[in-house]
Amino acid sequence: MDNTGYCGESFNSLQSGTSDEDMVEITGATLDFSSTDDVPPLDRDYGSGGSYGVGNGPNGVPKLMDLLDEPVPGVGTYEDFNTIDWVREKSKDRDRHREIATKSKESTLALMKSISDAFSGWLLMLLVGLMAGALAGGIDISAHWMTDLKEGVCLNGFWFNHEHCCWNSNETTFQERDKCPNWKSWAELIVGTNDGPFAYIMNYLMYVCWALLFSFLAVSLVRAFAPYACGSGIPEIKTILSGFIIRGYLGKWTLMIKTITLVLAVSSGLSLGKEGPLVHVACCCGNILCHLFTKYRRNEAKRREVLSAAAAVGVSVAFGAPIGGVLFSLEEVSYYFPLKTLWRSFFAALVAAFTLRSINPFGNSRLVLFYVEFHSPWHLLELIPFILLGIFGGIWGAFFIRANIAWCRRRKTTRLGHYPVLEVLVVTAVTALLAFPNSYTRMSTSELISELFNDCGLLDSSQLCNYANVSVTKISSDALPDRPAGPDVYTAMWQLSLALVFKMLITVVTFGMKVPSGLFIPSMAVGAIAGRLLGVGMEQLAYYHHDWVIFRGWCSPGADCITPGLYAMVGAAACLGGVTRMTVSLVVIMFELTGGLEYIVPLMAATMTSKWVADALGREGIYEAHIRLNGYPFLESKEEFSHKTLAMDVMRPRRSDPPLSVITQDGMSVEEVESLIAETSYSGFPVVVSHESQRLVGFVQRRDLVISIENARKRQEGVVSASRIFFTEYTPPQPPNSPPPLKLRGIMDLSPFTVTDHTAMDIVVDIFRKLGLRQCLVTHNGRLLGIITKKDILKHMAQMANRDPDSILFN
Amino acid sequence: TLDKARFKMLVSLVDILHLNNSEDIRCKCICPPYKDIAGLIYNQNVSLKDCNCLHVVEPMPVEGKDVEAYCLRCECKYEERSSGTIKGTIIAYLSILGLLLLYMVYLTLLEPILKRRLFGHSQLIQSDDDVGDQQPFANAHDVLSRSRSRSNMLNKVEHAQQRWKRQVQEQRKSVFDRHVVLS
Repeated sequence: MDNTGYCGESFNSLQSGTSDEDMVEITGATLDFSSTDDVPPLDRDYGSGGSYGVGNGPNGVPKLMDLLDEPVPGVGTYEDFNTIDWVREKSKDRDRHREIATKSKESTLALMKSISDAFSGWLLMLLVGLMAGALAGGIDISAHWMTDLKEGVCLNGFWFNHEHCCWNSNETTFQERDKCPNWKSWAELIVGTNDGPFAYIMNYLMYVCWALLFSFLAVSLVRAFAPYACGSGIPEIKTILSGFIIRGYLGKWTLMIKTITLVLAVSSGLSLGKEGPLVHVACCCGNILCHLFTKYRRNEAKRREVLSAAAAVGVSVAFGAPIGGVLFSLEEVSYYFPLKTLWRSFFAALVAAFTLRSINPFGNSRLVLFYVEFHSPWHLLELIPFILLGIFGGIWGAFFIRANIAWCRRRKTTRLGHYPVLEVLVVTAVTALLAFPNSYTRMSTSELISELFNDCGLLDSSQLCNYANVSVTKISSDALPDRPAGPDVYTAMWQLSLALVFKMLITVVTFGMKVPSGLFIPSMAVGAIAGRLLGVGMEQLAYYHHDWVIFRGWCSPGADCITPGLYAMVGAAACLGGVTRMTVSLVVIMFELTGGLEYIVPLMAATMTSKWVADALGREGIYEAHIRLNGYPFLESKEEFSHKTLAMDVMRPRRSDPPLSVITQDGMSVEEVESLIAETSYSGFPVVVSHESQRLVGFVQRRDLVISIENARKRQEGVVSASRIFFTEYTPPQPPNSPPPLKLRGIMDLSPFTVTDHTAMDIVVDIFRKLGLRQCLVTHNGRLLGIITKKDILKHMAQMANRDPDSILFN
Repeated sequence: TLDKARFKMLVSLVDILHLNNSEDIRCKCICPPYKDIAGLIYNQNVSLKDCNCLHVVEPMPVEGKDVEAYCLRCECKYEERSSGTIKGTIIAYLSILGLLLLYMVYLTLLEPILKRRLFGHSQLIQSDDDVGDQQPFANAHDVLSRSRSRSNMLNKVEHAQQRWKRQVQEQRKSVFDRHVVLS
């Protein structure tokens, strides 16, 4: 982002050094002081500190303003649900940095201070990585335990889940890898036996009861302590990173409640994942740790750099994929992503991944979540089924987005939204009742995905791997030839088809409920099931019809040509890409998840196909769709603005509106300004020379004005309602017996951005996007005509796209 | 393979850091069906150097020359865990959850009853409605008053709790009632 607020920069550079170049810069600037008669000449006062900054200039040039010397607390902060001013924040940071750099030459202490300031960023990244990694490890361990709690309990230590309970046991058999005497299911504890219809009903009942209990606890905690902890969090984080403020969204209570209720929600068997909420958790950690460092606490723009890195950390701990996390933050979540953030995000993501692995929550020392151990090659002709999977993923993505948005809109507008707790309970009950009978939906979704990604070898004995054992001449278990499917495989196939339909429908209703919910894992599950079904189908087709033309060249009997596990992987990537419209980050996440570097080309083919098909059916991904549903002021940076409107078509006031509310630079009293503030609800006012000339002086924010007036009334003597407010540098002498004036030049922005009324709107939109503006003034022949705010632009874009412009809610 | 190398590095690092419980290591060998012998799984807690088929598979189901063929099909993996971490995490999680539930019960049920008993009925009807931004200067008051120092510690806690409750109420209104955020 270029800083075109040259006023501030040139003033400060004049104060810091008196080289000739700085003088040249002043005269070269287009800020022209020489032609007016009511602005004092240039060599008068440089101590007004540039555009912002209440306080002394860098060299201690005494300020000629009469405000109190210390900055008024609250000036420069923002109201809730408002957009920040990126230009102001960035120039504040540059000033601060320049001050430290110049002071560092004075003493050793100042030098140490400047070094520690430079390192504070890295230290913060380290802390964010550690904290997020530790929290993610805790969440993983607790979620695994609580998921198994629905089925039974471990007798030699209730804190062990099923797998860990049977870890040391010698009673596990090849067929039933989970059996051990220490783990008792609820039927065994209550009824005494695990066989028979009564035991089945008891297991069923306990499963449903536990699921209902967990989800009830989750939704009550969210409702009672931190309502912002519900949902995925990624749409709101996207909006926050583009400059919006939502106070409390990344706070301590939200962090605690989100962590606790995420475990409860995942364990209750609902069809949701924990990746999106983990991004929210990581961003909360980032925000909380920012308060330890002044550099980040006071500056909203620097804080958003940390939050971009924290989003990368979130995905990194969710999947164990640090590179994929950084790319996810770059592609999906962040608005501005400078190169400095790239390196720091990577560092933080690595620290978090390392912390997570040292906690070792997966228990059996797996280093990635869904590790695949097969490396069988794939043939070029298999690209056709992969592309088919991509098409399926794209169609499913578009369908899911439409259905989910329709459901969420219904929740927002009708009576369905008045009963959040009841809604969660009903959905949990339906999910648990339908999921228990099918063993593929009863297990947790991550386990399902691992099983689907797994290629069947000699050592597997699950239902899906029940192939007829052809006599094997090769000994290695890697390259088993294609075998005919046994009866169990056919059972597994129709069970998986039922599971597919169930998951497709229930996820539509689950995502967006008032519990923390993510949708990466459910989408991957849908894709993995579809992929595996197609893979097994292809495998059997190749086995029974190996003399067909398409198989003849490369799939002779006895060769291992089709790997159903690979189809499952590709299907998972396709469905996830169709829903979120991720491209590079998805491919990188997938191959970091599975370790299968050979499979990049199939993954890319499927992801691209899925994105194209989904884009043809619906323009936005799920997160953009939710942003639009909520009416957040998010200026999409990926779309082109292609209409031929001009700035004067969009600016306010329109022809029928009252004229622009301005403040004159020296004519208004405190009372008049207060009444102007009270009557209108604008978030800022332009300051002009006079009502007749309408020549622009600057722009002042409403919040700063309010705080300064209030502060002046309390602290400064003599300031009453009749005192005049001056935004000029030099206040004229007051007549005797009049109250002392109030000087507010320090809170005014001396370099507001202006465009002429004939500027094309696509340039204006580009300026807003690239610079992160909140508002832009429109001039005509040098005189102030109107103002364009971000909200006006969003409304205009909505109107151009034939959407309802009143759906943009916030400023 | 790459995974084995990474894994060995991690194992040695964890070795340096801690290895308290000997029950937390195991060597798991999975042997598929061979001729007429069914598939079997063997578990023993031996260290990494002893984790191979000959040490772990006992009693060996085949004799003599078949042992090598049998062992080639078996796959042995060394695994480690930290039961202390698991125990600590679960107990910490359950205690935090329990505390939150107790606090929630206290806030929703007990506090109104206690307040009513202590202060009488008149104060129960507090203005829980938003003090919010009806006047533009109210917010400024809030911002400025935060900079003044508090006198009493208990007052501070009480004040912080009241402010937090108000914040949660605002959030609840936005999310649950008006559906403006996070719908």
